[in-house]
Amino acid sequence: MPAPNSLFDLINSLVADTLRSTAGFQGELALCVTIILILLLQLPRFTRWIDSFWLTLIGSAVALYLAGPWHEVAEPSELFTGLLVYDTFTIYFRTLLFFFAILFTIFTRISGVPDRDAAPDVYALVLGATVGMCIMASANQMLMVFLGVEMASVPSYALAGILKGRRTSSEAALKYAVYGAGAAGIMLYGISLLAGVLGSVHMPTMAVRLAELLQPANLEQGIGSDTHMVLALGGLMVMVGLAFKLSAVPFHFWCPDVFEGATAEVNAFLSVASKAAALALLARVAIGFGYVGEVTKPEDQLALFNVAETELRTHEATTGILAPPEQSAEKPAEVSPATSVAGGNAPTTRVTLVSHAEDAPREGDSRLTRDDQIAALAPARGFIWRLLAFVAIITCTFGNLAAYGQTNIKRLLAYSTIAQAGYMIMPVPAAMVLAGQDPEAARTAIASMAFYAGVYLFMNLGAFAIVALLRNELHSEQIADYAGLIRRAPITVVCFSLILISLIGIPPLAGFMGKFLIFASLVQAKLWTVLVIAGLNTAISLYYYLRVVKVMTIDPEPEQMRPAKLAFIPGTYIVAVTIPVVLLGVAWDQLNRLTLAASSQLF
Amino acid sequence: MQSTYITLLSLIVFIPAAGALVLAFFPRDKGDAMKTFTLVVTAVVFGLTVIMALPGQGTWQFEQAQSAMQKVFSVPWISSFNIYYYMGVDGISFPLVILTTFVMMLSMAASWPIQKYVRAYCILFLILETGVLGVFLALDFFLFYVFWEVMLLPMYFLIGVWGGPRREYAAIKFFLYTLLGGVLMLIAILMLYFNSDVKLLSDDQLVASNVVSADLGDEERTAQIGEIRATDGPIHTFNILALQQLGQHTDAFDDELLFGKNLQWWAFLLLLIGFVIKVPSVPVHTWLPDAHVEAPTPISMILAGVLLKLGGYGIIRICYPICPDAGFELAYFVCGLGVVSMVYGAFAALAQTDFKRLVAYSSVSHMGYVVLGIGVWSAVAGNEFNSDSWKLGMNGAMFQMIAHGISSPGMFFLVGVVYDRVHHRNLDQFGGLFARMPVYAGLSIGIFFAGLGLPGLCGFIGEVFVTLSVWNYSHTLAVIAASVVILTAAYILWTLQRVYLGPEYKGPHAEALTPMNTRELLIAAPLMAFAIIFGVYPQAVFNYMTPSVNQTVDDLATWTKDVKTPQLEEEATAAVQPPARSVAQNQVRSK
Repeated sequence: MPAPNSLFDLINSLVADTLRSTAGFQGELALCVTIILILLLQLPRFTRWIDSFWLTLIGSAVALYLAGPWHEVAEPSELFTGLLVYDTFTIYFRTLLFFFAILFTIFTRISGVPDRDAAPDVYALVLGATVGMCIMASANQMLMVFLGVEMASVPSYALAGILKGRRTSSEAALKYAVYGAGAAGIMLYGISLLAGVLGSVHMPTMAVRLAELLQPANLEQGIGSDTHMVLALGGLMVMVGLAFKLSAVPFHFWCPDVFEGATAEVNAFLSVASKAAALALLARVAIGFGYVGEVTKPEDQLALFNVAETELRTHEATTGILAPPEQSAEKPAEVSPATSVAGGNAPTTRVTLVSHAEDAPREGDSRLTRDDQIAALAPARGFIWRLLAFVAIITCTFGNLAAYGQTNIKRLLAYSTIAQAGYMIMPVPAAMVLAGQDPEAARTAIASMAFYAGVYLFMNLGAFAIVALLRNELHSEQIADYAGLIRRAPITVVCFSLILISLIGIPPLAGFMGKFLIFASLVQAKLWTVLVIAGLNTAISLYYYLRVVKVMTIDPEPEQMRPAKLAFIPGTYIVAVTIPVVLLGVAWDQLNRLTLAASSQLF
Repeated sequence: MQSTYITLLSLIVFIPAAGALVLAFFPRDKGDAMKTFTLVVTAVVFGLTVIMALPGQGTWQFEQAQSAMQKVFSVPWISSFNIYYYMGVDGISFPLVILTTFVMMLSMAASWPIQKYVRAYCILFLILETGVLGVFLALDFFLFYVFWEVMLLPMYFLIGVWGGPRREYAAIKFFLYTLLGGVLMLIAILMLYFNSDVKLLSDDQLVASNVVSADLGDEERTAQIGEIRATDGPIHTFNILALQQLGQHTDAFDDELLFGKNLQWWAFLLLLIGFVIKVPSVPVHTWLPDAHVEAPTPISMILAGVLLKLGGYGIIRICYPICPDAGFELAYFVCGLGVVSMVYGAFAALAQTDFKRLVAYSSVSHMGYVVLGIGVWSAVAGNEFNSDSWKLGMNGAMFQMIAHGISSPGMFFLVGVVYDRVHHRNLDQFGGLFARMPVYAGLSIGIFFAGLGLPGLCGFIGEVFVTLSVWNYSHTLAVIAASVVILTAAYILWTLQRVYLGPEYKGPHAEALTPMNTRELLIAAPLMAFAIIFGVYPQAVFNYMTPSVNQTVDDLATWTKDVKTPQLEEEATAAVQPPARSVAQNQVRSK
């Protein structure tokens, strides 16, 4: 790695890095170009006739083409001097998001919201949020975590209030924005605490620092124990921001209100895309602090953060948090003060460190081997999995219980998404438990989350699409108004029933396969309590999902009713979204392989 | 060979599903055509299974003397999770398969009075048949579970849409109970999966459990086995036969899990809960009376005749062979469940005034024999290993399933016949039906006697076998089980007296009491005929089932002899020896 000698070198290597990184960022760039086009074409009068729908559709398709899973990634690499990470996991979630963007755009056209006037704004917001979500899914640095969350959230606030002049809509947007701002602020504070203690915002570097801080020798001697509380607090605060995006209990309060106030279209976007990105981010952050991966940096990349690292080591040594005797032959000048201070403060530590340095694969590199680092992070993983398992259990149970009393289908689906988020969080603690012992199993666990996110795309998009299209016909979103609908719209009801039953998780539908894989990861991690509660929740959720099915199929039709037969195109769309729900329940080998590949580079 | 079998068994399982697909294209107003079509489909499936049962059919013929799985095939389904499309049939499942196709055909014939949403009814009916047959034939645990759950939805709608006044409550109750059992089963399945490793099996066991196909030539087989041996890390499996081998011949499931109990103890318990909900045993039986009472007649027939058997089948096929250690420990608990169900069901039946509810509780009581017969773990007679009485119990339990599969659909159908006419089921308002409907009353008395267990009718054999076998295991349970016969006689005779005897019918709709029509006769008569045939010549059933049942019992008895008894003796000596050993150690130390 060439050390920067001058400003010229710095700029040179930055340019090279940026050019290289752009290759892995093409999908997002395509969306950015589309956004700019959509907005610019609104200005001159003679281009205003261009329908932003087509622009969005083409833009998302191009983005999907540029970022799709047909790109092979031999090994994970960092983009933009370590801001983002480009691996199969990134590719999987980006594909998911871009694919969803395409389906979503078509859906908005069919359902007629937004209208022609609002369309450019809405599509620009949707694409902007999608870019933010892509950043969430590939974040490698705490500032990018924050930036991604904000880039995804701010357009969502506006989208929630897109129906101008409707009180509930405005209320939803305001609630969402206030809540989001609060959560973001707390998260930022948490990030600053973590960065302050660990001396970096680059997650892999932070993990290495954390490993050094938590290594057994330090723990035994109580070195750095004063920082543990700060770290835990920082971790909790970051979790607040993530829990808000995941609508996990107790940061879910916005979810039912926003879902009720916003249109079903926006709900589909929030419940699928936003949730998938938040899950990916959760996995990234959890793995980022609980595991040390092998991100290879290209030779010509300028290691901005590694420069900082050497300075920080000196700083740590003097403060006595860490004891870093520098073994590097290149920089003898730095070694002497460090060792002298460390030697005075913690001689035992130094001895262990030296002995580790002998096994280290590369001289002058890290002071602990990677295996030692992973082992040293066990307390961090313990903290993360306990926290996440608790959040998952509470979220799942609360969401399911609260869904019982709902009469509005959108509110019911809002609580359903809360409960589903609970299920989808579960593999992450499982992966954290497994990471230290069995990386292969940990990969499978994260793959099960990715699988569920993929299946969930079709289930929730389908559910909200049906709600939106029925709203256009029935002018109602009350469950009671769906009574006896099967007599008027049999295909719609069969599709909706299949989707709801898939959400319960009954074979042979896709939702079951997702749950099956998640349960499998919990069994592997031996998280029996979580597993049993998840199982009981499946039985609990049966009642309210089935109640909707019952109202539509068994209940008699009301005397006064509107026709609800969908036209050909909406009907086709619904069937097309439902088919994967059935198909992925029978032939899920391909998707399973894809998700296994997606998580193969994480551990 | 595999390709023949895959065709045969797939046809049996999926013809109904294909029929359901075809039904979607029938014109809306052709209700009778749809019913006829559905009946034809069920008859075709029944025909296929009959062909298998008859001699001289070449490769399709079921080999009576063979105790191992036959017609086995295995094709990768989800290879990234070691899931196979893997089916086969043996003496335990084959009689139940025939029973299923037979009862399904009869209950479709009994569905003619259904007028509401005929298309949906027929589609759900056929999907239900696919689910049930799939469960009996599946040998991959995942596939088994998928079919198991596939049955739930059709059943929910069949009760919920076409049922009686409290149908929604009954349907959701049925669904909740079974789903809860299913989830527990899923947890057990995953526990077993992740602790399984086919590499622990010997070469012969690999071939026997069809992990490596027996059809292959020697070279290929050796190559495949070599491949398995060469793989790093464990190879998990959902293969039920392989799991049985692992449970009986290795210690794969013996790791301690929670509260001092090992993994297979917990797996056994979870699976058992899942299965006894279906059987159903007290105290998880409460869904059954509600479901039976609210369900339309044909669905009650299926529920009693077929679905309850799935629980017993699961216990025989899965619980005991895979988790023998836990089965040994919990044998008394299982037998106790059976006896309590028998007694409770009989007393509850005595107290009913609703005709259908009475028959429902009689099912609880009769299925108790099944659980009891399976649970009798008497592998030792005196000081010798002799599993004869256990075989008697297991065969009795299997026979009881078939017998109950004949008599209880008959009872439900006969209740339905009179309900269709007078629209009530209050036992106190009946009486004198013998005079009004002589043929009907004659058939009823015959079938109810079959349920009672009168010698010469099918119910007798199973009850006697089970009761006899229990004597060797526990005198107390045997005495209680035997005395239940008195209770059964009491409620059945009392019912016959209240409904068929007496001077004249004084209840509502007396004018509607017309004799049975031909369709009804054609449904009831075969059931009556089989009740007599199986009672007089039980070999007709035993010929098919005994080799496989005996093999299962022998395997478990061998396991008791080779694994469990030495283990128990070791523990016993270990419990006695510690002081002696410590003395010895002290001596060593002093030296």
